[in-house]
Amino acid sequence: MTSELPPEFIVKVDHDRCRRCKRCVMSCSFGGMQFTDKVVPEHRNCVACQRCATFCPESAIAITRNELAYKENANWSPETRQNILKQAETGGMLLAGMGNPREYQIIWDHLVIDACQVTNPSIDPLREPMELRTYLGRKPEHLEFSVDANGELELATELAPQVKLDVPIIFAAMSYGAVSLNTHRSLAMAAQKSGSLMNTGEGGLHTDLYPYSENIIVQVASGRFGVHSEYLNTCAMVEIKIGQGAKPGIGGHLPGEKVGEEISKTRMIPVGTDALSPAPHHDIYSIEDLSQLIYAIKEATDYTKPVSVKISAVHNVAAIASGIVRAGADIVTIDGFRGGTGATPMVIRDHVGIPIELALAAVDQRLRDEGIRNNASLICAGGLRSSGDVAKAIALGADATIIGTAALVAIGCRICQKCYTGNCAWGIATQKPELVRRLDPQVGAMRLSNLLTAWSLELKEVLGSLGVNSIESLRGSRERLRGVGLDEQTLKLLGIKPAGIGQ
Amino acid sequence: MVRRIDCTGLYYRKQNKIIRDAVKKGETEFILENANGQRYIGNGINEKIKITVNGVPGNDLAMFMNGPTIIVNANAQDGAANTMNAGEVIVHGNAGDVLGYGMRGGKLYIKENVGYRTGIHMKEYKKQVPIIIAGGVAGDFCGEYMAGGILILLGLNRGKETPIAGDYLGTGMHGGVIYIRGEVDEHTLGKEVSVLEPDEKDMKLLKKHLSEFCEHFGFDLKEIMKKPFIKLLPVSSRPYGDLYAY
Repeated sequence: MTSELPPEFIVKVDHDRCRRCKRCVMSCSFGGMQFTDKVVPEHRNCVACQRCATFCPESAIAITRNELAYKENANWSPETRQNILKQAETGGMLLAGMGNPREYQIIWDHLVIDACQVTNPSIDPLREPMELRTYLGRKPEHLEFSVDANGELELATELAPQVKLDVPIIFAAMSYGAVSLNTHRSLAMAAQKSGSLMNTGEGGLHTDLYPYSENIIVQVASGRFGVHSEYLNTCAMVEIKIGQGAKPGIGGHLPGEKVGEEISKTRMIPVGTDALSPAPHHDIYSIEDLSQLIYAIKEATDYTKPVSVKISAVHNVAAIASGIVRAGADIVTIDGFRGGTGATPMVIRDHVGIPIELALAAVDQRLRDEGIRNNASLICAGGLRSSGDVAKAIALGADATIIGTAALVAIGCRICQKCYTGNCAWGIATQKPELVRRLDPQVGAMRLSNLLTAWSLELKEVLGSLGVNSIESLRGSRERLRGVGLDEQTLKLLGIKPAGIGQ
Repeated sequence: MVRRIDCTGLYYRKQNKIIRDAVKKGETEFILENANGQRYIGNGINEKIKITVNGVPGNDLAMFMNGPTIIVNANAQDGAANTMNAGEVIVHGNAGDVLGYGMRGGKLYIKENVGYRTGIHMKEYKKQVPIIIAGGVAGDFCGEYMAGGILILLGLNRGKETPIAGDYLGTGMHGGVIYIRGEVDEHTLGKEVSVLEPDEKDMKLLKKHLSEFCEHFGFDLKEIMKKPFIKLLPVSSRPYGDLYAY
């Protein structure tokens, strides 16, 4: 059947400027550029990843929307109609990449932060010390001290293992398979440089990255890819992945196109097969079973690594998080519905799960109400875009935050959302050697590290304006937030007052 | 020297620490007496030690195990050999559910029956191929999602009406092989597998592994090999490749 789909984009080439270097033809990994006697765009194949336009030495390429391919209609958007046509032609589910792009309210943008004026002084972070250091892990309820033979006071309480962060921002779990080895290298090197963490995702850890173990979170997911005792001990902490914000309640599915020799080796599955992660862990059907896996990992690491449990933000997230803490997790990671993915059915990405802002507030409050908040650190993820989002998340109760999409954008991602094709022109979400080469890990690491440095500076400015000198003083301090344009119920759930109300 | 540990009333955490500490000091053989549900025996141990368990071990026996040999002189519970990487587990009885989940290597010999979801998501890479052999019958979802490895079911000493495997046998399978001594009803098979007749190479492989199995449990190899086997292979390496629009 010939496709009736009109092209989504129109690629305009300014032939007066074009010097026929063919760089765009070589750049395009989607077959969107041909060369006869001049550059001829294949509009139908363009995904608007901007690789060609970015690297055109003459800036002769502009990518535009195919405006009137679908006549204007407020109810029937071009995308809706395009999706129906695709499904009519194939009978298949729509696949999607990255995070939920739909116009749900972004609550971060309705929160504003307090600042000091007159009655309490603000602090100048440029000249005064400002502390962003964060420790992740179970904290004791109280401390006990003893006096040694020399009369010196020493800590008697045995502390649970902690992970030190220099910035309260860590990189999201993205598997080797979904993203390239050069992406993993960039993330690992940047995490080491910036005193942060990267997360292997569920595809195992390439041996090249073993030297970065102190800045790596290794994940154990339902497919158990690349999980063995050495892996569990080559990390700062271990994470059990139950859910992902982009795809709550469903498993992973790495398309066979992305399973080459190296992925096959790391995951121990045949080349070219789809890497299937079952929806549930088949050894976890209850909180008790989860506890069993948490302690299996603690046994395998001799109780030296904190264990995190990652879930997606769903309706009952607070009760689930409480169960997770009681099951023995040292860290709970919550991923909101804007969180990204390499591949998931579009219907799940766009319609399942809840906003991270609400989930975070609900979980933090529930753990406080139950008196178990100190038993676990809380990490939040799911579409955080700036240091402003990070500051608000920390004020809502997060111990640390996670960036995935923002990190990828830093190393080239243009959010074209075609990660599942394996054709990523920026060398990120691909396993094709000629494309992977396009991402230089040194450059990638520098850009990521720059991003964390920039956000750290901004966070310090925010803290200074708040008149506090440590991120710890902002943590869970909802009194420093106000809501603008939020309804009463939402404000109540967030535990904040509307703007305009003082103390 | 053999280290004997009396597990009566011993919490798993303490018991496993005794073993780990002794292994660090060079101990190579352990006998656990009166085991009674202690979890994680052999968990994450990388040395080629031997552990004999007298009594019933708890869940997640040999999880993440990477080298040891464990002999259980009773039944094993759920989750034995979970994500195991190397070594051997020999169970002189039944084993529970999710046996060998995500198993990556090593050998698992179960004298009698095995529970639900045996060998789920077993894997392999080149020469590292995990093997599970069960002398009895298996529950539902046997070999689910299998991406590699060898799973052998013998169905010995079963009642006339007892099927050798439950429903959804090999469902979602996309790698590895299952051998079954006897027939299975078509309707119990997952959509992703097809039944084949073992060839000469298969029979050689079966003989090799089953002779080890017989050595452990005192079965007669000739008697076992008298009955024909069938072989289950995945129909496609990408069972769910065509569910999506472009």
